[in-house]
Amino acid sequence: MSNEAILHGSSAAVHEVHGDHHHEHHHHETFISKYVFSQDHKMIAKQFLITGMVWAVLGGLMSVLFRLQLGYPDAHFTWLENILGKFWVKDGRITPEAYYALVTTHGTVLVFFVLTAGLSGTFANFLIPLQVGARDMASPFMNMLSYWFFFGASVVMLSSMFVETGPFSGGWTAYPPLSALGSASPGSKTGMDLWIIAMALFVVSSLLGGLNYIATVLNMRTKGMSMTRLPLTIWALFFTAVLGVLSFPVLLSGFILLIFDRNFGTSFYLSDIFVNGVGALPNEGGSAILFQHLFWFLGHPEVYIILLPAMGMVSEILSVNSRKPIFGYMAMIGSLFAIAILAFLVWAHHMFVTGLNPFLGSIFVLLTLLIAVPSAIKVFNWLTTLWRGNIRFTPGMMFAIGFVSLFISGGLTGIWLGNSALDIHLHDTYFVIAHFHIVMGVASMFGMFAGIYHWYPKMYGRHLNNTLGYIHFWITIAGAYLIFWPMHYEGLAGMPRRYYDYSIWESFKQFGDLNRFISTVAMIVFATQLLFLFNFFYSIFKGRKVTAKNPYNSNTLEWTTPIRPGHGNWPGEIPEVYRWAYDYGKDGREFIPQTEPVGADESHH
Amino acid sequence: MMTAMSTNNTGKIHPYKFTLWVAIGSLCMMFAGLTSAYIVRRNQSNWLEFEFPITFWYSTFVILLSSVTMHLAVKNFKARERINYKNLISITTILGILFVVLQYFAFQSLNHSGIKLMGQGSNPSASFLVVIIGLHMLHVAGGIIALLVVFFKSFSTKVKNYNSVPLEITATYWYFVDILWIYLFLFLLWIK
Repeated sequence: MSNEAILHGSSAAVHEVHGDHHHEHHHHETFISKYVFSQDHKMIAKQFLITGMVWAVLGGLMSVLFRLQLGYPDAHFTWLENILGKFWVKDGRITPEAYYALVTTHGTVLVFFVLTAGLSGTFANFLIPLQVGARDMASPFMNMLSYWFFFGASVVMLSSMFVETGPFSGGWTAYPPLSALGSASPGSKTGMDLWIIAMALFVVSSLLGGLNYIATVLNMRTKGMSMTRLPLTIWALFFTAVLGVLSFPVLLSGFILLIFDRNFGTSFYLSDIFVNGVGALPNEGGSAILFQHLFWFLGHPEVYIILLPAMGMVSEILSVNSRKPIFGYMAMIGSLFAIAILAFLVWAHHMFVTGLNPFLGSIFVLLTLLIAVPSAIKVFNWLTTLWRGNIRFTPGMMFAIGFVSLFISGGLTGIWLGNSALDIHLHDTYFVIAHFHIVMGVASMFGMFAGIYHWYPKMYGRHLNNTLGYIHFWITIAGAYLIFWPMHYEGLAGMPRRYYDYSIWESFKQFGDLNRFISTVAMIVFATQLLFLFNFFYSIFKGRKVTAKNPYNSNTLEWTTPIRPGHGNWPGEIPEVYRWAYDYGKDGREFIPQTEPVGADESHH
Repeated sequence: MMTAMSTNNTGKIHPYKFTLWVAIGSLCMMFAGLTSAYIVRRNQSNWLEFEFPITFWYSTFVILLSSVTMHLAVKNFKARERINYKNLISITTILGILFVVLQYFAFQSLNHSGIKLMGQGSNPSASFLVVIIGLHMLHVAGGIIALLVVFFKSFSTKVKNYNSVPLEITATYWYFVDILWIYLFLFLLWIK
């Protein structure tokens, strides 16, 4: 019933939520219905965010552990053995099995659990209903399920850390035969079973979420909120959801075939491989490359699933804090659209060296390099939005500018890697690691931080501490460049990724000091993130209280809700919208909210 | 409150219906992924060709028929012909179950004719049938569950329900699994 009310609340006569009168929202909620099985999109957003933070800490800690091995290959950390146990650390060194397990889980967790669920799960849930003017998602129940599937996936993935043979260790891409053969490595046994169950649950979670986001954006906008009046955050989150809904099922189909190969003796990916100690497999003629096609058909859109929400939030935050309309609003939408289309047409650039037909490769090179066009449009528009703006350097704004910087640095190396000829040299080297960590990993983390700092007052009704925010920003941006910039040199020298120890390798011994430097910075940056976490959790309870409804003088609808909105978001009617979201500095006025009717003598934007 | 809601129609598509359409797009992608994988794998070595059991033709007829009865059920529901509606929805449910049973028999007859579907000595061309048709069967089973819910609702004496949205959503999904089967069947028939 409450659902129906939410669904129809925006259209006309009925504005009741939960059958209560709309000026009062304290209907009887238990702890369970408010904080655990909540159907309020704002609470679900916080659940996604905090679960994502737990995973970010775990995933980050994993990277610190394997950086310990890479930076200090000769050191013995015997105290680690007592904490982590014999599987992970032996004789004070990370074991090779543990090293591969750590890299694999770090990748899986960061890509899917932190930057997909933690980022778009949080902000799509939080911002879509608030910014389009809806009381909740199209289906709040499905939305709740989406979180709990994610939670289930998290529990299964976490449990794989504790099995005797260790978590899956064949890389986050889970290529067969390592992922299809239990006998191939310790991590391919129970660890892989749990990995694939966790990922299947995760796909279900993303699909349930994505369906809801699309339906909400297209169907539940308030009166007057045409598509071209939407803030760019919503456009970005919308395209993200479309990408997810169209690409995750393909990944699932790849996983289904993988499960059959693993458990039911089929030969989709497996051929007559000879396994040491086992002998030749009975399978015949399977193609491991087939999995790569299915995987990267998701895998490439996935990087935009990670990046687009950050782009959207950065566009909004840059405009609000420059006190200027976003430059080229329609071009921003167009470039998001172009990126979303191209995302589906470039997957084979991950497979240039798999024996792909060079002619086919050249087409994928062309399509890949085409992405530079919408990307450059976006960068140009961000810079021109900043240009001569009346900039307020809030921590959120700092992270947004940091995002633009990282996106440029990481995007440029994408042009290198997109060339199939250069890729012969650069494939599977640290150059690739540097590229995707800057452009996708750290940049999206920056987008996420920008979003958290900017919308924290709306989430918790309190402010984060700004000083801690600035310290967090400066150490993180400097650290990000110090960690990943040197990796370009290592990669150009041909240093391959995924190796356990370079110190015994004549060609790459010379990078010993550089690796130690990278590892040291990584630890400092990780520690700084703990500072942010302290700021986050401390401010929930003790932060400076928000006193004004609209602390940033922002135009969008979320700032027309009460400081601590209840379920249903607006007491009384949902406001009507009369203009786009970016009327800043217009006709001598600093800002004009979307809810203000257009005046008779107002100029066109 | 429900009555107040149903009068409140703005002509926009119902969000749940819309969500279903997006979900259908998503499901299409999954089966497109599988059939593409089928083509890729077929172009490689060691691909076994074999005749389709006739049972698949029967099941095709059954699922087509069930879509017709489904369509008539929706029509009768809207016309408030309760008895016709109840009969038709029952027939649709039974036909749906029959479809799944027939698919199972088709696999049985493949097995009897000596084609190994899984395990040692199996050929991917047969294993693909298990995956693709099996996954389709699961989706039909989901449709049957939805039908059963609608079915039991229609026989409930306590609540009189005139809201056609749940039925229409079930029907749309049912047509979808039907069309999906036609696509898969033709695909598997032609590309061997």
